[in-house]
Amino acid sequence: MPPLSWYLYVSAALFALGLFGMMTRRNSIAMLMSIELMLNAANINLVAFSAYLRGHTMVGQMFALFVIALAAAEAAIGLAIVINIYRTVKHIDADEINLMKW
Amino acid sequence: MTIPVSAADWIVINTELILVGTAMIVLLLDAFNRRISDRISPWITLVGVVGGLVSLGFLWGQEYTGFAGMLVIDSFSVLVKMAILFGTGLAVLLSVDYLRREELAQGEYYGLLLLSTVGMLLLTSSANLIMIFLSLEMLSIALYVLTGYARMRPRSQEAGMKYFLLGSFSAAILVYGVALIYGALGTVDLAGVAEALTAPGILSNPVLLAGAGLVLVGLGFKVAAVPFQMWTPDVYEGAPSPVTAFMSVSTKAAAFAALTRVLVFAFSDLSGVWMAVIWAIAALTMIFGNLVAIAQNNIKRMLAYSSIAHAGYILVAVASANQLGIQSIPFYLIAYTFMNIGAWAVVTVITRKGEEGVGLSDYTGLFWRNPLLAVSMGLFMFSLAGIPPTAGFTAKIYLFMAAVNANLIGLLIVAVVTTIISAYFYLRVTVIMFMHRPSEVSAVHVPIAAYVAIIIAVVATLWLFLFPNSTQAFTEAVWRMGL
Amino acid sequence: MLVQYLPFLILFIVAVAFSGGAILLSRLLGPKRPNPVKLAPYESGMVPIGGTRRPFHIRYYLVAMLFILFDIEIIFLYPWAVIYLTARAARLFLLLEMIVFLGVLMIGYIYIWRKGALDWE
Repeated sequence: MPPLSWYLYVSAALFALGLFGMMTRRNSIAMLMSIELMLNAANINLVAFSAYLRGHTMVGQMFALFVIALAAAEAAIGLAIVINIYRTVKHIDADEINLMKW
Repeated sequence: MTIPVSAADWIVINTELILVGTAMIVLLLDAFNRRISDRISPWITLVGVVGGLVSLGFLWGQEYTGFAGMLVIDSFSVLVKMAILFGTGLAVLLSVDYLRREELAQGEYYGLLLLSTVGMLLLTSSANLIMIFLSLEMLSIALYVLTGYARMRPRSQEAGMKYFLLGSFSAAILVYGVALIYGALGTVDLAGVAEALTAPGILSNPVLLAGAGLVLVGLGFKVAAVPFQMWTPDVYEGAPSPVTAFMSVSTKAAAFAALTRVLVFAFSDLSGVWMAVIWAIAALTMIFGNLVAIAQNNIKRMLAYSSIAHAGYILVAVASANQLGIQSIPFYLIAYTFMNIGAWAVVTVITRKGEEGVGLSDYTGLFWRNPLLAVSMGLFMFSLAGIPPTAGFTAKIYLFMAAVNANLIGLLIVAVVTTIISAYFYLRVTVIMFMHRPSEVSAVHVPIAAYVAIIIAVVATLWLFLFPNSTQAFTEAVWRMGL
Repeated sequence: MLVQYLPFLILFIVAVAFSGGAILLSRLLGPKRPNPVKLAPYESGMVPIGGTRRPFHIRYYLVAMLFILFDIEIIFLYPWAVIYLTARAARLFLLLEMIVFLGVLMIGYIYIWRKGALDWE
């Protein structure tokens, strides 16, 4: 098996990508995807730790399942919100949707 | 293999079960008969909330651990749960006529409100980082929808989107932090974390520190502490007023319960590190919230910044991390629930259809238009500012005493100075209501349910000042029991 | 360790070689007599209507969202199934628990169905 650190590097890179996307992207769907990247980075960590930690605790794997389920719920809610906005303003640019200042 | 579910498990979640059951009844009723549902779903919801409060009464003074240590019932969680349910109940009373005025659907609103409440109740009891994440998401996902519930009003849509993006962003940060803590310690159980932290040399583990920091960021978003507060004013302004009332008190209560449990129970051995961080966050939050609130002319935004400032005050209690501090948190949360929901109740009835009329100028001469409303609002403003004879005063005194006991003199000075500054913008509202007599007087129509909510809030705000002893027995038990 | 994956590597190489080879050979050997019908994109034998970059009907997103939600709940069945297999006692209890879980999902399903979220028109 490859060493644990490899998984952690991948996950840290994914997390950083998500963070970067969140900071720079202005399309709300792209921001939603960045959030999903970050959640999946956490999933990789959880599963990797679960496999490598002494005692092979199942906690990490179970947690990852819950994260996946919640990520789906979040995506559904997020899409619904974005579609609702799109119906009125015809675009989904987070910077432009700014009646109130941030 | 044995099945690890016992009778205690059902006792631990009985409040949540009552509310989930109510939510399902409300949703199914809405699905099958819209007309009846529009008429009675708020009252079904209220019955559920009262049922939840009764079940909490039975749990009072008892200690349970359920679902293999995932959830705990202790005096701390019972008190915070009471604060949450008071908040939900009052929000329901506000919503009845608000939804009719704004022509919004009733049934699913109450279903979402109840499910969000269940998330908050679970968060309060969570003794496991998985449960904290799950219940945080449960309360947030329902709240995202509630924030954007006025589907046709652009500000509500915008608030929903901003809350969703930043809320799920913070949740992702939180879960990554939990993953790191799991990697460093091999457990996500709060008791297990506390135990693992006693191992020699573990405290300087960078993975652990990074994980704890990310968890702190995630929870900081939910309690709206500076520098993670940027979503608060927009979301509070855009969301329907009853929803803002609900989330400004109940979400805060639940998130602070989780924050306290994580920091003071689980990471107490790491307090050398987080104490300084919380100190700085608390000071910044109080200063920022109160200073920016001065510049607001929109009452919803002013109350939003005020809510940020109050998060700072509660953080002082967390930073104290002593007996008095932990006791004062539930007391402060309960007092804050009544005074803040009261203020939002007045805002809700003053606004007109489409959430017009949220400027401070709309409060000019309110005393002549509706004396009872103006006097109540004045009382809530006094309470939020921490001026006697109100619950806000008592709560702040407890808090300051905790800071003195913990020798946090610097933080205490910041808290006192910002309290004095805050008196300016709270009292300004009072002055506007009483001093300027309007040229033409038009009466304000207040629905009966909203009146009931306001009167309950007034009575509770005075009660907690006059008889703090009635709750003292409760808060003292907090220290004896769970902690 | 890696040797275990050798069959996969061989299969992969064979698959690439076969499909690549087939395309390459038909390119080289096959006669080319293009006409408009042959060059049109293949759409299940139908005559193509309009471009491919049209916005989807809004209903599509709604159904997709609902599908994701109900689809993802299935992952909770997997750990449950593992436990159920190894459990000696209280299988009935485990079964009831899963029925309750699915019942809650069912309430959600009834709700969206009654609300008309699944009606296409």
